[in-house]
Amino acid sequence: MTSGIGERVLRKEDARHLRGTAQFVGDIKIAGCWEAAFVRSPLAHARIRGIEKPDGLESRVFVAADMPDVLPIRAESSLPSYKQSDYPALAKDKVRYVGECIAICIAPTRAEAEDIAESVRVDLEPLPPVASIDTALEKNPPLLHEEWGDNLFLTTEFNSDLSEAKKNAAVVIEREYNTARQCMNPMEGKGVLAHWDTKYDQLVVYTSTQVPHLIRTGISQSLQLDQADVRVVAPDVGGGFGYKCVLQPEELSVAWTARHCNRPIRWTEDRREHLTAGANTREHRYKLKAYADKNGRLLGVDADIWVDIGAYSVWPFTACLEAAQAGGNLPGPYDLGAYSCRTYSVATNKPAFTPYRGVARPGVCFAMELTIDAIARAVGKDPLEIRRLNLVQAEAMPYTNITGKFYDTGDYPSAAVQAADMIGFDTFRKRKEEAARDGRFIGLGLSSFTEQSAHGTKVFAAWGLPLVPGYEQAMVKLTPSGSIEVKSGNHSFGQGLETTLAQVACDWLKVDIDRVKIVMGDTGLTPYSTGAYASRGMVMAGGAVSKASEELVRRLRIHGAHLLQCDPEKTEIKDGRVVHGQASVSFAEIADAWYLHPDRLPDTVNTAGLEVTEGYKPDIDTGVFTYATHAAIVEVDPDTGRVEILDYVIFEDCGRRVNPMILDGQSYGGAAQGIGTALFEETLYDSGGQPLTSTLADYVLPGPSELPSFRLGHSESPSPYTRHGIKGVGEGAAIAPSGAIVNAINDALAPLGAELTQIPATPHRVLEAIFEAKEQNRAGASA
Amino acid sequence: MKPVGFTHSFPDTGTDAAAALKAADTKIISGGQSLGPMLNLRLARPASLVDIGAIAAFKDIRIEKDTLIIGAAVTHARIEDGDSPVPLPAMMRSVAHNIAYRAVRNRGTIGGSLAHADPAADWVTTMTAIGAELTLVNAAGERRQMAMGSFMHGAYRTALNADEIIESVSVPVGRGDAHWGYYKVCRKVGEFADAIGAAVFDPTRRYARIVVGATGGAPLILDELAVETARSAMLPKDGRIEEILARELPDADRVKRHLLATATRRALEKVLAK
Ligand SMILES: Cc1cc2nc3c(=O)[nH]c(=O)nc-3n(C[C@H](O)[C@H](O)[C@H](O)COP(=O)(O)OP(=O)(O)OC[C@H]3O[C@@H](n4cnc5c(N)ncnc54)[C@H](O)[C@@H]3O)c2cc1C
Repeated sequence: MTSGIGERVLRKEDARHLRGTAQFVGDIKIAGCWEAAFVRSPLAHARIRGIEKPDGLESRVFVAADMPDVLPIRAESSLPSYKQSDYPALAKDKVRYVGECIAICIAPTRAEAEDIAESVRVDLEPLPPVASIDTALEKNPPLLHEEWGDNLFLTTEFNSDLSEAKKNAAVVIEREYNTARQCMNPMEGKGVLAHWDTKYDQLVVYTSTQVPHLIRTGISQSLQLDQADVRVVAPDVGGGFGYKCVLQPEELSVAWTARHCNRPIRWTEDRREHLTAGANTREHRYKLKAYADKNGRLLGVDADIWVDIGAYSVWPFTACLEAAQAGGNLPGPYDLGAYSCRTYSVATNKPAFTPYRGVARPGVCFAMELTIDAIARAVGKDPLEIRRLNLVQAEAMPYTNITGKFYDTGDYPSAAVQAADMIGFDTFRKRKEEAARDGRFIGLGLSSFTEQSAHGTKVFAAWGLPLVPGYEQAMVKLTPSGSIEVKSGNHSFGQGLETTLAQVACDWLKVDIDRVKIVMGDTGLTPYSTGAYASRGMVMAGGAVSKASEELVRRLRIHGAHLLQCDPEKTEIKDGRVVHGQASVSFAEIADAWYLHPDRLPDTVNTAGLEVTEGYKPDIDTGVFTYATHAAIVEVDPDTGRVEILDYVIFEDCGRRVNPMILDGQSYGGAAQGIGTALFEETLYDSGGQPLTSTLADYVLPGPSELPSFRLGHSESPSPYTRHGIKGVGEGAAIAPSGAIVNAINDALAPLGAELTQIPATPHRVLEAIFEAKEQNRAGASA
Repeated sequence: MKPVGFTHSFPDTGTDAAAALKAADTKIISGGQSLGPMLNLRLARPASLVDIGAIAAFKDIRIEKDTLIIGAAVTHARIEDGDSPVPLPAMMRSVAHNIAYRAVRNRGTIGGSLAHADPAADWVTTMTAIGAELTLVNAAGERRQMAMGSFMHGAYRTALNADEIIESVSVPVGRGDAHWGYYKVCRKVGEFADAIGAAVFDPTRRYARIVVGATGGAPLILDELAVETARSAMLPKDGRIEEILARELPDADRVKRHLLATATRRALEKVLAK
């Protein structure tokens, strides 16, 4: 039995997770390990006047002044107008957000370390805080980075001629949209354990990361160590979502302290640290004008986009990525003739913005999809018809859109139609009228998007990032016992990559998946990879494993043919054997010959052996595009403002599905997070920049009872540019829910004249929208 | 986050537990479901914790004459399951079922919830509506009875003296079985309430009470509305509840008031439907 590409193979990693035997940073036991706690800033913006270590505990507390050899995190970008921010491991002169690290304290247990942290006295001189985009952009605002002269990391501009669109527009839709700041909330927060290995004279850092090889580079740069002196290991990682794809200040402090004290040191992030210092994503504002003709054909879009970046630029993705992605992706799956967009990456006294599953697109999709529905209402047509009219048509593929994105394959309108069919779009109007007769408010919403995945060298080089991904490498080896070992520098933290990479190897090698061991995430054991982000794991690591497997197959056939005394060209691979007619030889026998009995092989044998490392990149660097339409039916209780999702359909196409079951899981998980964005999750601040949502009692995450039973549909339009036609899919399902759900809410509330343009659509916001609509109706009636 | 270090003791009787409170920085711990998070956040920093979980009498449920007596350390889960030698009011079982989720209900206790006096919690409103009486015991072993309606003074403030603890809660037998309504508005299943409406009618004892909970302070008893509604057996006219709430809670914003009115109306729909 083999388990190649396309099979619903059970996940290899699940046994240890279900039995609770996985090894997260918190599970690792190293003799003599102490625990760390951080002193964090209680203020959003302040000057540090002094730090006093508790008497007698001076050797247990370290501050910036103790680590002059640690360079700040410095994420450069070559984009014009970009301003660089130094992001220190421990704050030196100023603190710039609540939760910023000021000192690291160590003790045998975490509780004792927290006791010490409490007794460190930090003398802070409060500075006026910048708690919002509005404050940041006031005239003469308080400045986060004084040398800048303003609070803008970056502004970008994209211009095309809108004059025709304006002239021919029958309708103009003008809206402001806002999306909340969020925390990513992986089940496992950050975690780091570092120690100095005297045998290799090497710093070993176990860290909960998506990108071990990048972290190795980052740590060695900041700590000024040669990269050979740093080994980074990502053990089991309990979710990443982007939160763990950047260099963390805590990684630097823990690594430095372990080295300085010559003692293993561990720190694990707790939920409160996460909900305050980790509130680092999603906050956008859009001011958008859309021009359409009387049929609802989109003629042009003019947009301003603000992103609340927070205090610092993260390495290596910088403060630029989010806004660049927002501006570049706003046109989305639509055929748009004219587009202008200005983006502003705004510095505020909040944690440093980090890309989260979907990167910018959940906001972009929300803005665009609400606009599409507003156009539909304005021209009196249904939202499906408007999407069919405006989505890039199948005949136009491959299609280069107005911002230069190259859409490789697909039938976008068909996905919209199929999602609509699955959810009963045609009969919904009747259903809605019936519900209305019972005094119930139900609505249907659609949301379409494309997801650029596995975008590579050219795209990242164009953003001028400090680190540009190139060839992804993987190693595939036949072990002496005839099993297969695959090594990848990428990492799996819930996506099931351990299983799907094995499936790719199985596809070539025709062995049972239990005979394939996957080793990942350890810079000491695996070839270089920039890691898991941008929905690239399956495309890139899968492609590399495929290429290395192919080469291993070639070599196995040569060795096998020798043992079978036949022509390699005449052999084939079947069930873990090299076969020639009736004769065959098992991989175990081939391995035995190569490793243990080389006397059985001729002198002319291929000396490269049975261990293959290959590098891989798709034929195009600009990414391959997954796409989908989500459809939701909701019921809104107009007296409580509560939204219940009655039905939820996802129709998606990610090219060839390596493991359809794992893909379903990715869709469920992504959509669950998207529903959190749409209805629940929001980090609130007061005007002083104090986070008000520092426990899970205040920061509301959806639970099982808030989630619908998702119904999924698929088509497969393989990419011609990648191995096996694979496209990335990890982020996709998190993108569309806000559009689908808020469009459905607005459809439900249309009879009341209420419209929401801000997420999450909390009961409070729903009720306020209804109250406002009532007031306007009243004003309208009396006028 | 880890709590500040503390000692943890397990007295055998309520009097001993109350007596232990005489030491400085000492706190009772029952299920630990409210105190635990506060310890972990270091918002509560007691030097010692006195655990009432081992006191057998505090876990007792019994009927004496016409009164159902529930020990303070009885868990939400036992009430939900009806895990008791005597029947428990349907209203209490239903309310218990919707507190938090099962893991919290397995540990959280009715006495802990009442003593904690979170305005958004379920028991403070429910037990006010049902007309419960609390039995409090002090360090000297003296007991006093107090109506739930007078026990809670405001958010996290109660009538408990410094050396006094809740021993049990009493409810007239049969009340909360037939004529009751309870409606909790919350963000998601098992969350603390944004608004609660509770109504209990006990015609044989000529008892009618309507209570609004999660107001930010102690539960609000709407006697006037209770009398009107019990007499007419009809839902109040549109706007009537809002009018009363506007008078009683002038500082609440319009959304909050609307939610409270909705919860109250829905509780009344239930009590009248029965
Ligand atoms: C995730 C979560 C969700 C929750 N959701 C809800 C909800 O939806 N609705 C709801 O009502 N509650 C909810 N709760 C609170 C829960 O019901 C608690 O169990 C309850 O409020 C406190 O009871 P306890 O036994 O755990 O008390 P503890 O936490 O042990 O004690 C609470 C306080 O009361 C004091 N105390 C305890 N027992 C006594 C006594 N007998 N006499 C005097 N003082 C005493 C303690 O000293 C402490 O100050 C939730 C809790 C959590 C963790």
